[in-house]
Amino acid sequence: MEHIRTPKVENVRLIDRTAPRKAMVGTLYLSATHTIFVENNPETRRETWVLHSMVASVERPPTTPSGSHLVVHTKNFQVVQLLIPQERDAMDVQASLARLSQKYSELYCLSINPNANKEEREESWSFLDLQADYRRMGVPNNLWVSTPANSEYRVCDTYPSELFVPKSATPPVIVGSSKFRSRGRLPVLTYFHQDTLAAICRCSQPLSGFSARSQEDEQMLEAIMKSNPGSDYIYVVDTRPKLNAMANRAAGKGYENEDHYANIKLQFIGIENIHVMRNSQQKISWLVNLKTPSMGDFLWGLESSGWLKHIKAVLDAGVFIAKAVAEEGISVVVHCSDGWDRTAQACSVASVLLEPYYRTMKGLMLLIERDWVSFGHKFSHRYNHLEGDPKEVSPVIDQFLECVWQLSEQFPCAFEFNERFLVQLHRHVYSCQYGNFLGNSQKERRDMGLRERTHSLWPQLWKDRAQYANPLYRADHTQTQGMLRPNTTPYCFKMWKGMYNRMEKSSPPRQTPTDLLTAVREETQQLEEELTNHQEVAPGGTAQPGTKQGIQTRSRNAPNERCSLRPIYKFINISL
Amino acid sequence: MEFAELIKTPRVDGVVLRRPFLPTVEGTLCLTGHHLILSSRQDNTEELWLLHANIDAIEKRFVGSLGTIIVKCKDLRVIQLDIPGMEECLNIASSIEVLSTLDSVSLMYPLFYRPMFQVIEDGWKSFLPEDAFKDLESMTEEWRLSDVNKDYSVCSSYPPLVAVPKDVDDDTLRKAAAFRHGGRFPVLSYYHKKNGMVMMRSGQPLTGTNGRRCKEDEKLINATLRAGKRGYIIDTRTVSVAQQAKARGGGFESEANYPQWRRIHKAIERSSILQESLIKLVEACNDQSHSMDRWLSKLEASNWQTHVKEILTSACLAAQCIDREGASVLVHGTEGTDSTLQVTSLAQIILDPACRTIQGFQALVEREWLQAGHPFQQRCSQSAYSNSKPRCEAPVFLLFLDCVWQILRQFPCSFQFSQHFLVLLFEHTYASQFGTFMGNSASERSKLNLSQKTVSLWSWVNRPQEVERLSNPLYEANCLVIWPSVAPQSLLLWEGVFLRWKRSSRCLDEAYDEMVHIIQYNKELQNKVNNLRRQLAQLETEEAGEKED
Repeated sequence: MEHIRTPKVENVRLIDRTAPRKAMVGTLYLSATHTIFVENNPETRRETWVLHSMVASVERPPTTPSGSHLVVHTKNFQVVQLLIPQERDAMDVQASLARLSQKYSELYCLSINPNANKEEREESWSFLDLQADYRRMGVPNNLWVSTPANSEYRVCDTYPSELFVPKSATPPVIVGSSKFRSRGRLPVLTYFHQDTLAAICRCSQPLSGFSARSQEDEQMLEAIMKSNPGSDYIYVVDTRPKLNAMANRAAGKGYENEDHYANIKLQFIGIENIHVMRNSQQKISWLVNLKTPSMGDFLWGLESSGWLKHIKAVLDAGVFIAKAVAEEGISVVVHCSDGWDRTAQACSVASVLLEPYYRTMKGLMLLIERDWVSFGHKFSHRYNHLEGDPKEVSPVIDQFLECVWQLSEQFPCAFEFNERFLVQLHRHVYSCQYGNFLGNSQKERRDMGLRERTHSLWPQLWKDRAQYANPLYRADHTQTQGMLRPNTTPYCFKMWKGMYNRMEKSSPPRQTPTDLLTAVREETQQLEEELTNHQEVAPGGTAQPGTKQGIQTRSRNAPNERCSLRPIYKFINISL
Repeated sequence: MEFAELIKTPRVDGVVLRRPFLPTVEGTLCLTGHHLILSSRQDNTEELWLLHANIDAIEKRFVGSLGTIIVKCKDLRVIQLDIPGMEECLNIASSIEVLSTLDSVSLMYPLFYRPMFQVIEDGWKSFLPEDAFKDLESMTEEWRLSDVNKDYSVCSSYPPLVAVPKDVDDDTLRKAAAFRHGGRFPVLSYYHKKNGMVMMRSGQPLTGTNGRRCKEDEKLINATLRAGKRGYIIDTRTVSVAQQAKARGGGFESEANYPQWRRIHKAIERSSILQESLIKLVEACNDQSHSMDRWLSKLEASNWQTHVKEILTSACLAAQCIDREGASVLVHGTEGTDSTLQVTSLAQIILDPACRTIQGFQALVEREWLQAGHPFQQRCSQSAYSNSKPRCEAPVFLLFLDCVWQILRQFPCSFQFSQHFLVLLFEHTYASQFGTFMGNSASERSKLNLSQKTVSLWSWVNRPQEVERLSNPLYEANCLVIWPSVAPQSLLLWEGVFLRWKRSSRCLDEAYDEMVHIIQYNKELQNKVNNLRRQLAQLETEEAGEKED
């Protein structure tokens, strides 16, 4: 609390950036967790909430005669512009926000008394069961088994404690292979394809340098190949550009020498590193904040940001792996440098392409839990949860979520969730409202006791699933079945407006087919219920009071009905 | 001339056809006067019937005696014909080249086409200016229908009847016409019922370098202003282009002579530049490279999206002046037959919900494009692939359709039609069995007697099954003005036209079917439930009646 110098400022204007002349006048409050703006207008009393941990930066342009502007940029690309009458107040708010947004002890999730709802909290953490998902894939089986090698994180402290390895991999092979891999991240199973028995394994780069080799690591890859009966080679996908991989050899790392590993086919994909991606996204966020760009400015900016090129590279990596597994029936070992960024992207995109289950809400949650959370994607570093090394920050999972969005644009019926679900996931990766994405590995989370101190996001999302549902999804639709084969020609990629340009106002409010269809489906459901009710009343029988008013028929042609058809739209409270 | 003279080889067997998304077909190729036909003569295989008029360019290749003709169509489709025999291939190619570029209007297909469907309503009579005027009369008495142009002598590109201010006589119109490019004196384009403001259009004023003026022209447009009110003149050209026009006898309205009008210049490009843009865009879409940088830089270099943005921005401005500023507007560029019509017609889409219905959109195209004298035949005689020297070709109408698609995409529930309708119009402006888009003006169409000799596209479109196909399942009528966003990130490439033959739309079509299904099922249930409710109510009344007895 000591960080809040001014808890309340009156006569603040919230400026609509698309229509600067329209501003709301109200009061600004700083709480321990949120910045809250409440409009004065007694009829609407609109509230705008910004979670402190979502604040990326607060700019204060030079003071004007009407007061001081504060421009708050959030980590999910929204911008809130305030005009504060007194310069002093503005400085105080800016200083408070700068500190509040970077305090671990005051992260929202940790400030809630964890024992207020002890049972609910414990239940929330058991909502997803990773082991059950492995069982769903048919693992363990006579090819892949669970190994205790990493219990207490002995061989690799950034891996989960439970690992699946080829049945033929002996403990010395596991330990030896781990020693030959950067940060001990040995090749382990992440996805098993029951139809072809091919697997996706992940690891970090080998410590091969120019000539080093490890018999155990070679045996490990051999064992992976043998776990796929009938195949006589495996793909090793190095998701880095070949030049980067070669440069790593000078540091004693690098990639697999095809002469040492029998029966591997090495494939470079060329996803750029976290620094390139960070700069690229900064350019995109700069681009969407331009006041009135020309079409030329915009397309030039889009090209020079390289963002869509990177998205395409990630998707191409996933397509390569998925095709190898499903069409060729060949197992794939995926790595990059440390195996926790590009590898996570490539493996999880491949899973989404391969497996309809991962295109459902629960499936996507599980996939994130497995390929990102459990395998040590460094959430706290990458998403700047605390003031850390700015060079560690990078939009790695942003790109995965965007790949899923690009796919959903190509396959509108294939996903159980809508765009809002992805946007919400993205928000929570940054928000720290729940404990799921704190820390950088399973071990760190355990040591921090997060399960005892915080709640899990997943059951909350599940509870709100109605608003995340894609009305076009049907479990028995052809698009829902089997593998997705996306077109990755450059013109198939679009800028994700729903992520980067959410705030754009429109008159009348933007119509989305998703909302309309959702409303229609809800109405349909009510009609179905009413129909059943009516039919229960046998012909000639008397009606039950109440059934008649079950619902009112809504003429879909009256213009004013629009809002009533859209229960999902929330005009009043905007929570950022 | 007989077509037979132009067809040296009317038939070749063993021709292989390759086309996007469909299996390869082997069959017999036949050339007729108007069609290229390929048939496998087996059941269940789709035949190809291609109008020669739809062929924009062809390429020949030979490998040994096997010839290949690549046929590039005006609807942007590219198909390939493998023809055994060099001589046959050369003959076919040269016939196609001649038949697809016949200039003679009297040989055009619509004059030969006989409808295979029953014409319920003759489209030639569906949208008569007299009928449109009746609607106007019901709203205002300030306008009259003038037949000053009844023999097309005052303005060759105007229809015989035009709406003008009631207080302005035909003599004044004649004099004003002499002062406007192509005789296109200011006429009514749109009346905004909500506030009585109007939009007019015309050709540029012929002020020339020495600032000629015309009292009648001033009187004519001032007659549309309410006392004490100012109007806006939207010149679709930049100031410098408008200035340059003076040297060629054109110009713009000076402040001194039109003190009640504020002039705003926009920057919609000339036809030749638009055509070049289309060619570059299509070339970019056909690029086989997998490089994102290359695609985006080619897309940018084509400038197509810039044109879309510019046109939409100008239309929004016109609509804003009318609806938000409560002012009347006059729109013109140079001739008043291209950019002017883009602006006036799009402004109506924004302002007038009626234009967003299937019938209303046809009426808009009829009124603001066909009757208003957009030279369709000149503009659409070549598309993006043609190697011939461009004459007056320009995708002016296609850009209009693209802009409508952008608005439709932003307001997917506000249009009664789906993008299929827009694509259909695009196709028929470039090649058609119907006479609707033949000729360059009402006068030309009347001379050719098209309404007697050809079938109207509207006769086809307005049959119930076609209306259903073109309908938008999400449509909910609303009476709102819809303001599209013109921010670059809100404007997308129109996949339905430019990527139509490049990427399969199967998954999007499935989604569309799913949408239709959801809505239809809902309607069915509503009907069922309503029926049951009615029965229930009836039973209750009967019961109540029995009790009273």
